[in-house]
Amino acid sequence: MFSNILIYFVVIPLVMLLGLFLCRDIKQIRAVAVTGSVALTALSVWLLVDYLGLRAAGNDAPMLYLGSWEWFAPLNIHLAVGVDGISIAMLILTGVIMITGSFASWEIPQPKEFFLWLILLSTGVYGFFISVDLFTMFMFYEVALIPMYLLIGVWGSGNKNYSAMKLTLMLMGGSAFLMLGLIGIYYHSAPEGQPLTWNILEIVQNESISTGWQKFLFPMTFVGFGVLGAMFPFHTWSPDGHASAPTAVSMLHAGVLMKLGGYGCFRVAIYLMPQAAHELAWIFIILTGISVVYGAFSACVQNDLKYINAYSSVSHCGLVLFAILMLNTTAMTGAIMQMLSHGLMTALFFALIGMIYGRTHTRDIREMGGMMQILPYLSVCYVIAGMASLGLPGLSGFVAEMTIFVGSFQHTDLFHRVFVIVACSSIVTTAVYILRVVGKLLYGPVYDQHHLSLTDAKWWERLSTATLIVCVAGIGCFPNFFSDLIKFTFSPQIFSVLGLH
Amino acid sequence: MDITIPVLILAIPLFMFLLLGLAGVKMSHKLAGTLGTLGMGTVLVLSYYTAFTYWFSGAPEFIDGTTRLQYTVFNQTWLQFTPALAIKLGFLLDPISALMLVVIPTISFMVHVYSLGYMHGEKGFQRYYAFLSLFSFSMLGLVVATNIFQMYIFWELVGASSFLLIGFFYTLPSAVSACKKAFIVTRFADLGFLIGILILSFYTKQLDFLPMTQNPQGVFESFGGATFMGASVLTWALVLIFTGGMGKSAMLPLHIWLPDAMEGPTPVSALIHAATMVVAGVYLVARLFPLYMLEDAALQFITVVGALTAFYAAVVACCQIDIKRILAFSTISQIAFMMVSLGVASKNGEAIHEGLGYMASMFHLFTHAMFKALLFLGAGSLIHAVHSNNYTAMGGLRKYMPITHITFLIGCLAIAGIWPFAGFFSKDEILTACYANNTFWGVWMTVVAAMTAFYMFRMYFLIFWWDNPDYAARVKEQEAHGHHASMPHESPLSMSFPLVFLGIVSCVAGWVPFGELVTWDGHEYHIHIDWSIAAMSMGIAIIAIGFAAFLYMKKNDKPTRMADSCRWLWTAALRRFYWDEIYLFITRRIIFDGICKPIAWFDRHIIDGTMNGLAYVTNAASVAIKGFQSGKVQMYIWWYLIGAILLGIITAVCVLG
Repeated sequence: MFSNILIYFVVIPLVMLLGLFLCRDIKQIRAVAVTGSVALTALSVWLLVDYLGLRAAGNDAPMLYLGSWEWFAPLNIHLAVGVDGISIAMLILTGVIMITGSFASWEIPQPKEFFLWLILLSTGVYGFFISVDLFTMFMFYEVALIPMYLLIGVWGSGNKNYSAMKLTLMLMGGSAFLMLGLIGIYYHSAPEGQPLTWNILEIVQNESISTGWQKFLFPMTFVGFGVLGAMFPFHTWSPDGHASAPTAVSMLHAGVLMKLGGYGCFRVAIYLMPQAAHELAWIFIILTGISVVYGAFSACVQNDLKYINAYSSVSHCGLVLFAILMLNTTAMTGAIMQMLSHGLMTALFFALIGMIYGRTHTRDIREMGGMMQILPYLSVCYVIAGMASLGLPGLSGFVAEMTIFVGSFQHTDLFHRVFVIVACSSIVTTAVYILRVVGKLLYGPVYDQHHLSLTDAKWWERLSTATLIVCVAGIGCFPNFFSDLIKFTFSPQIFSVLGLH
Repeated sequence: MDITIPVLILAIPLFMFLLLGLAGVKMSHKLAGTLGTLGMGTVLVLSYYTAFTYWFSGAPEFIDGTTRLQYTVFNQTWLQFTPALAIKLGFLLDPISALMLVVIPTISFMVHVYSLGYMHGEKGFQRYYAFLSLFSFSMLGLVVATNIFQMYIFWELVGASSFLLIGFFYTLPSAVSACKKAFIVTRFADLGFLIGILILSFYTKQLDFLPMTQNPQGVFESFGGATFMGASVLTWALVLIFTGGMGKSAMLPLHIWLPDAMEGPTPVSALIHAATMVVAGVYLVARLFPLYMLEDAALQFITVVGALTAFYAAVVACCQIDIKRILAFSTISQIAFMMVSLGVASKNGEAIHEGLGYMASMFHLFTHAMFKALLFLGAGSLIHAVHSNNYTAMGGLRKYMPITHITFLIGCLAIAGIWPFAGFFSKDEILTACYANNTFWGVWMTVVAAMTAFYMFRMYFLIFWWDNPDYAARVKEQEAHGHHASMPHESPLSMSFPLVFLGIVSCVAGWVPFGELVTWDGHEYHIHIDWSIAAMSMGIAIIAIGFAAFLYMKKNDKPTRMADSCRWLWTAALRRFYWDEIYLFITRRIIFDGICKPIAWFDRHIIDGTMNGLAYVTNAASVAIKGFQSGKVQMYIWWYLIGAILLGIITAVCVLG
């Protein structure tokens, strides 16, 4: 079992938890958090290199590093692991956001308990991305959701009890649909007479879910994961949740957790039930198309920085699901790139908002102004994050969006065309709400004279933001590397059922 | 051709941007300015070398007999979308990109030098030079694009650098709203550009320029005669792509950002908003010209938009007070000349007069860049001297600022189209091309040309002649208020050198044998001046100048009386025919109040209300039924008995009935 590299993505966080128990002061806690997340990132980078080596050597199995260990025989539940390019990209994303999140919560009160829950959350995320067994996947999914309640409820701000409850209940509601869907899949996972299985790869090979059942199970799983992907109209947990959450939790939640939704929609809903996805996509294209535009327009009139970014996330994550539903290689590659891009830049946004809030004690853009003169470093970072968000070439947003638009435009019917053009129009609305913030918050005269005494970023804040900016620019400048990494998963043989390209 | 030099042309400004952007804070102003200027100087030398090699080396990859070829220096895949579609980053060398390789570094270098004086001591001097380098990089990348998506990438980057530079004085609210406006308006136009690219690439399965422009018939066939809402899809694609050009080149009705963009530092206006970025739209149409030739409807659209814009901007320019605004509207009008010239260059798929209009358009792009940059830098010198943008604060300045005066006069003569200055030659070719297509457009553009001469000389006379305000008294008054002030005086060498250089260029640029260097199909074109049109247009220009002199040379009340006699028209023109108010109405009242706010309300009240309602119902239901768990045994027995009796009745009914 321990010869499989993937298992260490769960083992290291558990060791970190153990280490935290032994910590005496904040310095040790920081050391554990940073060392552990750096180790995890290093491990995922090493995995990436090794993975590319295997692929270059001609290994074209859909997933590599497979391993499967039984843990509940009567229901055939396994701890089954395996990764492909997409999961590796997600593992690296999680690592980067864990590191920067640890730096961003350098001076959090009650650090031991905070990091305990944060690391438990990351255990769930890592476990989710490496699992190929539906049951284990679901278990890790729940492990990632529960700590959120405590993290927001205890360390949050504002209307935190309401937000924590709302977020947890809405996501649990999604889980209910999801569980129903997963159990349904399990009972149709194999042809008559063969043992049932939870293993995704085996289910794909069996192709035994009838189209009728797919039409029932696909919406269940898609909505279940879609709630976490902030799909309209199940998105309202996101603005309140993000607004109340502490910095690192917002970062991790918008940066990684919302990606669980997109990843699950692809890996479970579409991967296992392609026929239904093909037939029912139009319903969700309408919903996600609405998300894209609706989130962007809502963001235009918000005054709380976190609300602006939460609605912006609704718009951007809507685009992820929108692209996944296009069911072609280019658009889906774009969707995963958008997940990476959105994860990094939203984490950057939330980190910066947290740092600004920590100084000014307000997030209302009407009560701030001229920050560029007072906090030049943070302001410049904010402008860069904004530029990434509105899709400036050279940063990550542009390549992801363009891949999505070009891919989506390959559909020839009017329905798809209209929705693609509607989604494209979000590039204008995004510019409006980003520049509105830049104009009010950063540019212009200083609004509050008390702000003149604020000090610019500390070293750990600089480290955290600079890392994220480098990653955002890295994807933006060398997109083909990431595109190739992701594209392999969408190779034709996987969708041979539908003859998709 | 070796790829080192082309790569360096792009890499040096990018490196300078990163260097000055990251390490600039630690540098002195002098070091940052020198580094930026030296970097640009190197680029100037390298790109001159490249352009001259292309035109004059006679190497077989550049010229085949007398036909100039399009040569791809390198073309590297950057992002593969589908097996057929990929964004490539490359370097295309052909007549128009070589032309731009001369224009951009020349103006950019002059602006770098000029800014050493103009921006002296400004806060954020290093940042200013970093942004200038970023802009130069993006603009050069745009013109050498081999691929329509590469063009789009750099198109966005010039937009962003323009945003950063307009907002350079970010503490001024007017600069902040101007930079936002510029970015959002051009973004809106880029949406059209993007959709146009998507349509074009979907049908042609192609993003590279060369396979498209060298085989336009193939492009036409790939569309297979598809139509949408009464026009062919190809026309839609071309018109949408042109929309992007309308945004960047400030064509009606997307022109509103350019006058406001004058909030940026004046050298930036000269570089970005007069000479280089704003002609990107013209360049885009010229780049895809063989495709536009396929669809007359698209070309007619360009002509009409251009002609309307030219006239509108000329009328507005006659009434403005701020000299930079006058120059901005004059820029809009002159770019519209280039657009019209492209629009009339072809009819029924045939280039008229061997593509005279195309050649004329590029020629005007070249000469206009020189004299308009000169005029803007001259305006900067004036503003530097009197600390105001309005001509009302000026007057009689010819005695105080002789170099600025002479060079400004040259600029005005050039733009008015007086022989032998640069503008004469290019404008004459444009008018000839218009008459060759359709007399109506010819007459129309001649009228606009006359108005150009009028408003330019109105400004000239108001600045340098008119009344001679008592500058000495004004200085005394300002010093009494504790302000530092001085008499208007000539600017330092770093500012007057670019003026003199560009003044000389504006005198001689018209004599360049342009037809031999830049034509639409690479064949040589022998320019022969049509003296009947030339004489007529120059005659009208001279009359217009005379009229301007009559009105504005000496202080008098004729202009006021004229304005009073037609007050509504004057006010409307002064307010730019209320375009800004219309846009404000649309964005504030319709988009913000009519769409965004209702959506936000819907989200907070309907969607959230539903979620809260569900939670409330759950809660209420649990409160309602929790009474059953009262802990009283008697109650439990009661419920037990009622249940048992009910069950008994049901069973009895079912079994017996």
